[in-house]
Amino acid sequence: MFALVANQKVVIDWPCFWVVLGGSFLPRGVYTVLLFKMQFMLLFSRQGKLRLQKWYVPLSDKEKKKITRELVQTVLARKPKMCSFLEWRDLKIVYKRYASLYFCCAIEDQDNELITLEIIHRYVELLDKYFGSVCELDIIFNFEKAYFILDEFLLGGEAQETSKKNVLKAIEQADLLQEDAKEAETPRSVLEEIGLT
Amino acid sequence: MSPSVPLQEMIRAIRSARTQCEERGVIQRECAAIRAQFRQADNGGRSHNLAKLLYVHMLGYPAHFGQMECVRMIASPRYSEKRVGYLGAMMLLDEKQDASLLITNSIKNDLSNSNQYIQSLALCTLACMGSAEMCRDLAPEIDRLLRASNSYIKKKAALCAVHIVRKVHDLGELFTKAALNSSCCEYYFQFISYCFWFSFTVPDLVQIMKGLVISGYSPDHDVAGISDPFLQVRILRLLRILGRNNEAASDAMNDLLAQVATNTDSTKTVGNAVLYETVLTVLDIKSESGLRVLAVNILGRFLLNNDRNIRYIAMTSLQKIVGTDHNAVQRHRGTIVDCLKDQDASVKRRALELSLALVSASNIRSMMKELLSFLSSCPPELRSQTASGIFNAAERYAPSQRWHIDTILHVLTTAGGDVRDETVPNLIQLITNTSELHCYTVHKLYRALLSDISQQPLVQVACWCIGEYGDLLLTGECQETEPVQVTEDYVLDVLETVLQSHMSSPSTRGFALTATMKLSTRIRSIVSIYGSCIDVELQQRAVEYNALFKKYDHMRAAVLERMPVIEKNSQGHTNGETIKESQTVKVKPGEPQQPANQVQDLLDLLGGLEPTPITPGLTFTYTHNELQKQETGRDF
Repeated sequence: MFALVANQKVVIDWPCFWVVLGGSFLPRGVYTVLLFKMQFMLLFSRQGKLRLQKWYVPLSDKEKKKITRELVQTVLARKPKMCSFLEWRDLKIVYKRYASLYFCCAIEDQDNELITLEIIHRYVELLDKYFGSVCELDIIFNFEKAYFILDEFLLGGEAQETSKKNVLKAIEQADLLQEDAKEAETPRSVLEEIGLT
Repeated sequence: MSPSVPLQEMIRAIRSARTQCEERGVIQRECAAIRAQFRQADNGGRSHNLAKLLYVHMLGYPAHFGQMECVRMIASPRYSEKRVGYLGAMMLLDEKQDASLLITNSIKNDLSNSNQYIQSLALCTLACMGSAEMCRDLAPEIDRLLRASNSYIKKKAALCAVHIVRKVHDLGELFTKAALNSSCCEYYFQFISYCFWFSFTVPDLVQIMKGLVISGYSPDHDVAGISDPFLQVRILRLLRILGRNNEAASDAMNDLLAQVATNTDSTKTVGNAVLYETVLTVLDIKSESGLRVLAVNILGRFLLNNDRNIRYIAMTSLQKIVGTDHNAVQRHRGTIVDCLKDQDASVKRRALELSLALVSASNIRSMMKELLSFLSSCPPELRSQTASGIFNAAERYAPSQRWHIDTILHVLTTAGGDVRDETVPNLIQLITNTSELHCYTVHKLYRALLSDISQQPLVQVACWCIGEYGDLLLTGECQETEPVQVTEDYVLDVLETVLQSHMSSPSTRGFALTATMKLSTRIRSIVSIYGSCIDVELQQRAVEYNALFKKYDHMRAAVLERMPVIEKNSQGHTNGETIKESQTVKVKPGEPQQPANQVQDLLDLLGGLEPTPITPGLTFTYTHNELQKQETGRDF
């Protein structure tokens, strides 16, 4: 059972909203099923070439390669009108194709598949906003940016920020920081400037 | 040493390689250059080198030599290098690598950095690949960040804490003590939902949720008209956990759930996502019956949705409650059965499982019609599941014996290759139990055999029946099927075809041989041919039967009499004897003395009687059970 300590004050004030919380105890077993957890996300082209891979579970390189290979094969074998969800091993796989890229997430048994589709969609929107009409080439040539954006949106497999604006603002600030830090250092040659994306 | 090629040029070079070999060449050259660069002192190009290495790694080439470079770059004071360094750590280092421990100190330092973006890099990396040791070391830092930092970092620290608690359960208590303050941003609530192990009570959550559902429009958090669906789903998830097994909590959230269920717009996927989570919550907590009915109706609506995804998840959810809310789910049986005809294999599978769960005594006939037509057109991977499901359902709810036998025969003709092994003995037992239908059964099986001898289980059962009830076949009278002129020759022809067909498996041939033996007393020639067969089992049988002709002809008629009704799982005293018998039999296959040895052993087991004379009664019982075992392929 789950004990609540009645030690909180709730004041709702539009547009501000403060919640003060006290402490409480939850049964241990609850922690692990508490929240949505994505196990990994893969982006790959229609030819099966990997464009991005983000793993939120510890696996050896060999295992990752094996999973990637099998999953890519399975997803590519699906016909266009088929369901976006499939069961694979003991995971649920949610995938969606955007133009020439497949976005594929593995979630756990308890998780909501439809909201995962929304998460994928949100990530694509973020990429689109950042790169301006994103296409596969953007993700190929600026893969590290794609990772940075993903890391601002998802943390440890969970969505950390639901506002598109805030995510993009954070990325912008981080990029500026990178530029400023570079300028503060010794001046670079023009060629190196171009090389740095 | 070649100068370092900027990242994008390298990518272009790799992509323009026309063959795998060329690509490998380009990559090897680049890796050599990168390695050389790593060995050099700091030259300002470290971040692109590592980025290049990470690209190469993504293509599947080895990149272990970059691990130490990641560690070094994380420790660098430059933000650009830190950024790529942490990215490299998340890609190349995982908790199984020893090098991952080396970054613990750097992460610790970065967590206390004055710049929030550097802090966020450290938090992100820890949450992604932090091992248990790292988590233990850094937990106090995370705790500190949870208490006293800006909201940007607090969010990340909270998620990091979730990861830590997942890895090291004991640290959960450390984090529950932290008080949390969360402020809003310009238009709307801040995202606070992951601080779930703090005491959000149900009323709190209800308030927040109500605010989301009713209040105004915030363009920033809005997705297709639903305010912050991610937060809504989170809150519903937490309500589910709080309400499980808890009456009071479930009562407190009843109204809210009803409100969300009715007010959420379900035209887009995102609305359906929220509805889905609501339904899952309602079904999991101790909700009142009205609310449950509402939830099941929502699922019913989902079943009629055009979107295949929605239909799929509706069936998944219905599957979970078909045990508890059987009647509610029965109402949607028609739609579910229609989904059997969907194009998508996943949807088909779900529909199959649900249909099998919905079979009951009242709808057995119509459901079976649907299931049988599904069986004939279903994808191969679902066949055996369908077949066993049909058998189970038929066993439990068969309205009549004849229907039962018909159904099983139908399955065997359609999907004979996919049924389980125990189907054959089960069917044989069923047939022996329905003595009034022997004639009908044997006629039907004979006809089936005439048309197709490729389905092994069917052929086996047919052979057995013909062997047992062949005389009924020959008399030709059966009220239920049209009379067919069958003579002994036809029957033997059929059996011979089975024996000689390349499609018949050895066990099928065994059945056919036994049947042949049973039917006729004049076909020793066929039997002797099999005395030198390569298959051991067949050879053994042939030789034994031959011996039966040669030495024990006086017993042959008695031995080959019709079988008695088989009791299910009979635990007779014959059990041990049959097992022992099978052991001795396997010792020397194919020798003519063997039958004689068998008889000796029989007598030993029976308590040391004289070898001759043998009272036919005793031997009869014994060998009869042995034959039983051999024929039905099942050990009692």
